[in-house]
Formats: sequence, structure tokens, C-alpha cells
Amino acid sequence: MSGLDRLQIGQRARVRQISGTDGVAVRLMEMGVTPGAELQLVGKAPWGDPLEFEVRGYRLSLRRSEAARVEIEPIG
Amino acid sequence: MSESKGGAAWSVVLIGNPNTGKSTLFTALCGVRQRVGNYPGVTVEKKVGRFELNGHAVELIDLPGTYSLAPRSPDEAIAVDVLLGHREGVQPPDAVLCIVDASNLERNLYLVSQLLELGKPVVVALNMMDVAQSRGVNVDVQRLAERLGVPVVPLVAHKRQGVAELQEVLRKALAEAPKGDSSPARRHAPFPEIFYNELEELAKAWEENGNPRPPRFLLERLVLDPGGILEKTWPGAAGSKVRAAVEQARARLAEAGHPVPAVEAVSRYEWIGRVLEDVVERPAERTVSWSDRLDRLLTHRLVGTLIFVALMIVVFQAIFSWAGWPAERIEDGVGWVGEQVATRLPEGPFASLLVDGVIAGVGAVLVFLPQIVILFLFIGILEDCGYMARAAFLMDRLMAAVGLNGKAFIPLLSSFACAVPGIMATRVIENRRDRLTTILVAPLMSCSARLPVYVLLTAALIPPTPIFGQWLNAQGLAIAAMYFLGIVTAMIAAWCFRRWLFPGETPPLVMELPPYKWPSLRVVAVRVTERAGAFVKRAGTIILAVTILVWAAASYPRPAGSIQRIEHRYEPLIAAAERAGETARATSLQQQRDAEIDAAVLRGSLLGRAGQWIEPVVRPLGWDWRIGCAVVASFPAREVVIGAMGVIYGLGDEQNEQSEPLKETLRHVTWEGTNRPVFTIPVALSLMVFFALCAQCAATLAVIRRETNSWRWPVFAFTYMTLAAYMAAFFTYHGVRWWLG
Repeated sequence: MSGLDRLQIGQRARVRQISGTDGVAVRLMEMGVTPGAELQLVGKAPWGDPLEFEVRGYRLSLRRSEAARVEIEPIG
Repeated sequence: MSESKGGAAWSVVLIGNPNTGKSTLFTALCGVRQRVGNYPGVTVEKKVGRFELNGHAVELIDLPGTYSLAPRSPDEAIAVDVLLGHREGVQPPDAVLCIVDASNLERNLYLVSQLLELGKPVVVALNMMDVAQSRGVNVDVQRLAERLGVPVVPLVAHKRQGVAELQEVLRKALAEAPKGDSSPARRHAPFPEIFYNELEELAKAWEENGNPRPPRFLLERLVLDPGGILEKTWPGAAGSKVRAAVEQARARLAEAGHPVPAVEAVSRYEWIGRVLEDVVERPAERTVSWSDRLDRLLTHRLVGTLIFVALMIVVFQAIFSWAGWPAERIEDGVGWVGEQVATRLPEGPFASLLVDGVIAGVGAVLVFLPQIVILFLFIGILEDCGYMARAAFLMDRLMAAVGLNGKAFIPLLSSFACAVPGIMATRVIENRRDRLTTILVAPLMSCSARLPVYVLLTAALIPPTPIFGQWLNAQGLAIAAMYFLGIVTAMIAAWCFRRWLFPGETPPLVMELPPYKWPSLRVVAVRVTERAGAFVKRAGTIILAVTILVWAAASYPRPAGSIQRIEHRYEPLIAAAERAGETARATSLQQQRDAEIDAAVLRGSLLGRAGQWIEPVVRPLGWDWRIGCAVVASFPAREVVIGAMGVIYGLGDEQNEQSEPLKETLRHVTWEGTNRPVFTIPVALSLMVFFALCAQCAATLAVIRRETNSWRWPVFAFTYMTLAAYMAAFFTYHGVRWWLG
């Protein structure tokens, strides 16, 4: 069990839960990062932050600090 | 058709996620004729267009692109207000037109799911059918419409495919819809049973308080948004009974395993999963599209950054120098018109008002157009092809260091050419606090109008002492230091604003990176004309008014006595020269006389008196009253200070930064009544520092007013920048004096 920010490029994971109930948490869930959703890390920006994910068939960019709020479990 | 042509227009709201082709559809329906304004009290743009459905007028209200209807800020609450018909001055909508991206239905249906709860007729426009097909995504439109319970029309908006069908479906929906807000909420129920039971309880608590039952959607939002805008601003929610009932409802939901706010997203995405089952068919093997491959390249750490830097150099070069040629032609043209008018009208106050006030003012507005058009051409293309989000992605880490957002990079970079298009470009930043911070620091970037001021003062007063051999001398260093000073001050200011002016959590980045596509010329062209038109109409009037006011302040009251004395003094000299046949000498005497009159007029005018009056204030900066006067006179635009100094020092108003007589004069001006020179190195630097940081630019302030929809922010920007400029100039003057001994 670890945060979404720990994913390696190309790795997939399933969301377990999102910590907090603030604006960032709600925004993440509205964008489809809900418990049970599958994500894949597809790339990183030049300084390793922000990160680019694929979720629900589209590309989403999150800062490391935001990704760390998402608790994940490996798939398979 | 039964609808009469004179009947009240149908009102339709257009809404959708960002990057779904909403503007394209808006233009396809309404053409380019639209009214653009602001909703009072917020920075949200109000865009309204009109079209006809079988002779019945339709007013189409375009809402800003959004992923969700949950209002977290006053700006976001606008969409809900407009949709529910609670916004003053906006007709309650008869129908909602929601545009969704067919290739990305899952996330797009989240907004649809919220819209279905409003109790208004909804029509779904399923756009980007071509993109979906090219990716092997098949959508069963018929079945989707059945599951949603509303009409769904497939569309390729940029090719205008499906627009006629959409209009027909919309017309039907409007004709069949009951007028007003009376239609009951559709039985669209994505939430678990217990949630609706709680809503019912809450509605009862409401009625017991003696209030009418509020719209279901608002009750829902009240429960779902802890700390949201409704809790704070909805009068109905203020009662302690309602407040307690909301808290209890949330507690019971959490107990049942449906905690707020997670319950909303989880329930809606589950509902979406059920809706899309057997509706969307995707290829079994995920294909790597050309967009994916391009993305790997453009967001690559090294290659992507290099491409980004190259692109930015082109953009910057374009607004900094390509815009120069058309801008000069505009200036020439305006100058020519002024001359034509001046020669045809008798000399006097009216001609002066027309030429130096009105025509010069129109010129001051038009001269910005090349930069605006070129910048928005680039921004339009970058945005429409999907690169804009990548630029923000690449630059986010850098900008986050000073508390800004990656999207602030292009506006700030553009501001080095000119803050006016730069500030207009901050529209890409959705978060209000991020956007305001960017708007407020953008004018600190040294724009092209400051360069002449730097060039004149360094060339005239700073010796070209070599510092690093022949690579850098003191003049170059001084100019570079001004750019650096602007950037550092902007960083400090941004940090301070985030800390004290707009406190609160850092707004999330959480940004969609849309797939790449070929930019549509039509979309780009519409955006450019929209921006240019808005600038001329909304900011242009303010700039024009300021130019006329400053002209009046610099021309009146006229010191008739001094003018007469100068004329009397020159009259015999000129007459003598003419009698002796020395035409050249006579002309030069006439020019000298006119320059002296100009100087006397400025000195005696309101503006000149203000300059003398503020002398005690500018003295600590090492300035005499004449510099103070030139600085005050340069309020419309910084570069005006050069012409103003030319006038004050009796050289006439045609001086520019290359002018040798002006440089010569500056070196030899002395404090009145002494032979102590005014312009020393500390004074030159203090003046340059002042101009690096001050807000002497009416156009920038006018654009801030237009973009923030309030006078508060231009006033604030002017105040803080002038204070910063004053303090920095003060320390520069005394610091440099001490350092030079």
C-alpha cells in the first residue's frame, strides 16, 4: 500500500482511497480518481513534478503533493 | 410553425467540460456575433449569442468550461445560479445544451449526471465523433439516449456535421418544454437510497422553518459540499435548525458507509459505469495513437523542454519585434491623420484637443493591436491543438516555487513585450486567486516601453566602463539589472500576495492534458477577433479618456503672460533674421520659440504644477521638480517621459531615446540657481529603477480593470507598484551615492 506519487513510469495501480475531504480531494474524485479506479503513470515533467497519468481513458496531470494523497494498491 | 416571431426568446445555456469544442459549437450556432461582458462582482466572462430556430429567437448563454457543478468559489457559483435562473439579469433557461467529448465519455458524463438533477430539459451534444472513431471507440447513440432519458445528437462541430440535426432536436425540446421552472426533477437517481431519504428529511426541516421547499439540486449541494459556498452564502441554510439537520444527515450517511463528499463522485461514476455498459465499445488492445507518441516527445524532459524553449523564443520574438512593424505603421498613420487635421483646422484649443487629445488617444489604443493579435494568434493555436496544457505541465514546477501555477508562464513571458496582452492572456488560469496574483505581478516584467527609457538614461549618463572585458560594460549591466529587478520584485510580490492578499490552500493543479489535434483556423480566428474587439471596446475607451484628460491637464491653464513674453522676445529677432534673408536662422528661431512656449505651457499647466508641488516628495530620490513633472506627465505611458523631458528642457516634443541634443542636455542640466548637475549616475539609476517598477501605463491599468471587472485591482496595482518603485528608487539613489563616495 503506498501513494500514487511512488508509481514508476508505465506502472498501473488501483485507487484504494483518497485522504482528506478538502477541495483537492473532491477535485481529484470529480476528475475520476475515485476508489476502485485504475491509473497508469505515463510520464513526468522535467523536474520530476508534476506527473502525467492515464485514468478513465484520458490524460490527467497531478502535482506530486496531490498524487501523494491517493492511496493505491498494485494491480494483478 | 406555431411560434410567433415576436414572442419572448428562448433561453438556452451551453455548458460542457473544457476541451470539448464548446466555443466551436457556440460559433457554429450563433456565428461570430456575440455580446461579451462580465457578471457583476466576479471575474467570470458572460458570453451571449443569438440564433433562430424556425423563426423563433434563441438566446444562447455560454458558461465557462467546467468539470463539475459543485460551487467552491463565487466564480464557480455563477454556473449554478445561471442554470437555476437565480442570476439577476439573466433569463431562467428553458433548456440546457451540454456538449460532451465522445472519445472521453466516462469523465464527461459526470457533469451530465449533475445537470440531469436540475429539472430542466437537457440536450446532449455528442461532439468529436470523428476523434472517437479514429481511436476505434464506438458509441451506441440510441442506447445512450435511452439510458440518459434525454436526446443525444452526434456531432463533429468543427466540420459543422450534425449542427442542423442538433438545432431540430433543440427546437423540439424547447417547444415541448413547459415554460418556466415548473417541470419536476427527473427521476435521475445516481445516489444510494439513504441519501434521498436524508434529502427528504432535510426538506421537511426546511418547511418546518416556514420556508418553501428549495430546489432539490441546492439541497443536494448543501449536503455534499462541506464548507462550500452554499453553506456560507445561502440565507436559507443559515438557520441553526437547518445547519444541525445537515450535520446529522452527513453523520448518518458516513455511518451507512457513504461519507460526504466521497459519496458523490463514487455514486456518479458507478452510475456512469451502468450507463455506459454496452454503449461504448473500445478496441480490446489499447492502441498507441500519434497523439500519445507526440506527447512522449513534447513532454520529454530534455527534448520537450528544448522544443518548449524554442517555441517560447518564437512567441516572444513575434510580439517583441514582429509586432513592431505594424505598430510603427499604425503610429505613422495616426500621425499622418493628425497632421492632416492640424493643417486643415485653425490653430487653437480645438485643433489641439482633436490632434493631441483624441487622435493621439485613438493611436494609443490601436498601437497595442498588433501585439494583441499576434499573441492571441499563438495562444489560440497552442490552446486549440492541445499544447497549452503541456506548456503549463512543463513549467509548473518552476512557477510553483513562487506560489504560481504553470499556466502563468506564458502570460508573464508575454509581459516582457507588453503587459497588456500578457494580462489578457491570464484567462487560461481558471483559479481566481492564481489569476489575480499573475495579473498583479505581470506589469513588473520590464516591457518594451521601458527599454527606451533605460537606453536614453544609460547612454546619456552611465559611462561604458568595461566589467567583463569587452563582453559586458556598465551600460549593459545597468539595463540587465533593471530586467532582473523586475523579475525579483515580481517573485517577492507574488509570494506576498499569496501569503496575505489571497491566503488559503494552494489551488490544485489537477489538469487535463487533452489529446493533440490540428488547430481549427475558424476557432483561432474567432478567438483573436474576440480578444482584439474586447480590448478596443472595453479597455480602449478608458485609454482614450485618460489620454484626453492628461492632454487637458498638460495644456491648461495656459500661462498667457509667459507665452506673450516669449513671443515678444523672439519677435524682433525673427523679424531681423527675415529681413537679412537668413531663412534658416529664422526657422530655427521659430522652433526655439515654440519649444520655449511648450515648456512654459507645461510648466504652468495643472500637470506642471503637480510636478512642482510634489518636489518635496521626489527630492529624496535625487530628482528636481522637472523630473517629477516629466514622471507625472508619463502616466499614460512610460515612454512618454522622454518626450516630456524634451518639452521641459525646451527641446520640443519630438525627442526620442536616440536624440543627441536630449542626451547632451541631460548631461548639462543643473539644479535651478546653482551649477550642480541634476543628472548624476545615482539620479539616472534611481529614475531607471523607478520606471522599472512603477505602474505608469494607463493601458495596463485599463486592462486590469477590464479583466478583473473592478476598479479595486487597478488602483491596488498602481498603489503597490508606485510605492515599491519609490522605495527602490530611494534606496538606489542613496546606496549608489554612498558606494560611489
